[in-house]
Amino acid sequence: MEIKEKLEKLLTEKFPETSFELTEFRGEVSLKFNKSVVVPVCEFLKNNSELEYDQCVDVTAIDWAKKKNRFTVVYHLFSIKNKTRLRVSCDIEEHEPHIDSVSSVWQSANWYERETWDMYGIKFDGHPDLRRMYMSEEFEYHPLRKEYPLMGIPGDQPLPKK
Amino acid sequence: MGLEAKLQNEGFITSTIDALVGWARESSVWPMPMGISCCAIEMMATAGPKYDISRFGSEVMRFTPRQCDVMLVAGTVTYKMAHVVRKIYDQMPDPKWVIAMGVCTSTGGMYRSYPVVQGIDNFLPVDIYLAGCPPRPDNLLHALMKIQEKIKNTKAREFQDIPLLEPVKINGN
Repeated sequence: MEIKEKLEKLLTEKFPETSFELTEFRGEVSLKFNKSVVVPVCEFLKNNSELEYDQCVDVTAIDWAKKKNRFTVVYHLFSIKNKTRLRVSCDIEEHEPHIDSVSSVWQSANWYERETWDMYGIKFDGHPDLRRMYMSEEFEYHPLRKEYPLMGIPGDQPLPKK
Repeated sequence: MGLEAKLQNEGFITSTIDALVGWARESSVWPMPMGISCCAIEMMATAGPKYDISRFGSEVMRFTPRQCDVMLVAGTVTYKMAHVVRKIYDQMPDPKWVIAMGVCTSTGGMYRSYPVVQGIDNFLPVDIYLAGCPPRPDNLLHALMKIQEKIKNTKAREFQDIPLLEPVKINGN
């Protein structure tokens, strides 16, 4: 059975109230759903004996620079046993963007979520240690957001005195 | 024979202290290898036998700033790294010189973006800007020869006005 059909069947069986958007492009399967069920769905994707997406390869985000559903958080998953990949994504609103942390499901998501918080300012609820990854602690902006200028804001990062 | 025979025979050499000190300094410029990124590979090639930086008396790359005369800043300096570079520069004893190796260090280069300092002269006094991405080892040797020329022509009185650094207070002590 194709991965897409298998996913569709298993997910609608397990979560009958949630609507899932499954697309396939050149053999790459993407799954999109409401952000409120991200933790139970991810737990299911990891622990189901047929799917077993046991490796979280990357967590990142997209800034669409639009009013509705401004951000999209993207998770890249890999099943070591089945050798299949899956892209999971959830839309997030612009005002106080936040989503539940999946670091309890995959340990590796811990630092990926810190990176996403650093770069996009998306809060991950329930994250054990949500600190900045790359920029210094005093930095006030989130540089991969579209409103942040490429050259930065003068004086936002301190330099040593000459 | 030559000099020794002359000296035994009541001979003497006249010179200035500046010339003597300058000659001694220029012949043993010990570099601080501040290898931050890819330019450091060319810096290592310069130290290798093919280009052989020891022909110029600079083979002693010390990984402690206390024993160094010239800092080779080889690589992209980010805002976070700038504080480290400045701290190491401050730990070097006077007199000291700085070579900004490569375009990233000199101007920011192709990294025209928020995390990269657009030229280390924003926080350091630079003596030589070295073009290239990365510069070839012979290019670095040319920069070193330029530094030697500068050291040779430096007079001792030029260092008299350098103010001492104020002691840094830690935790209010």
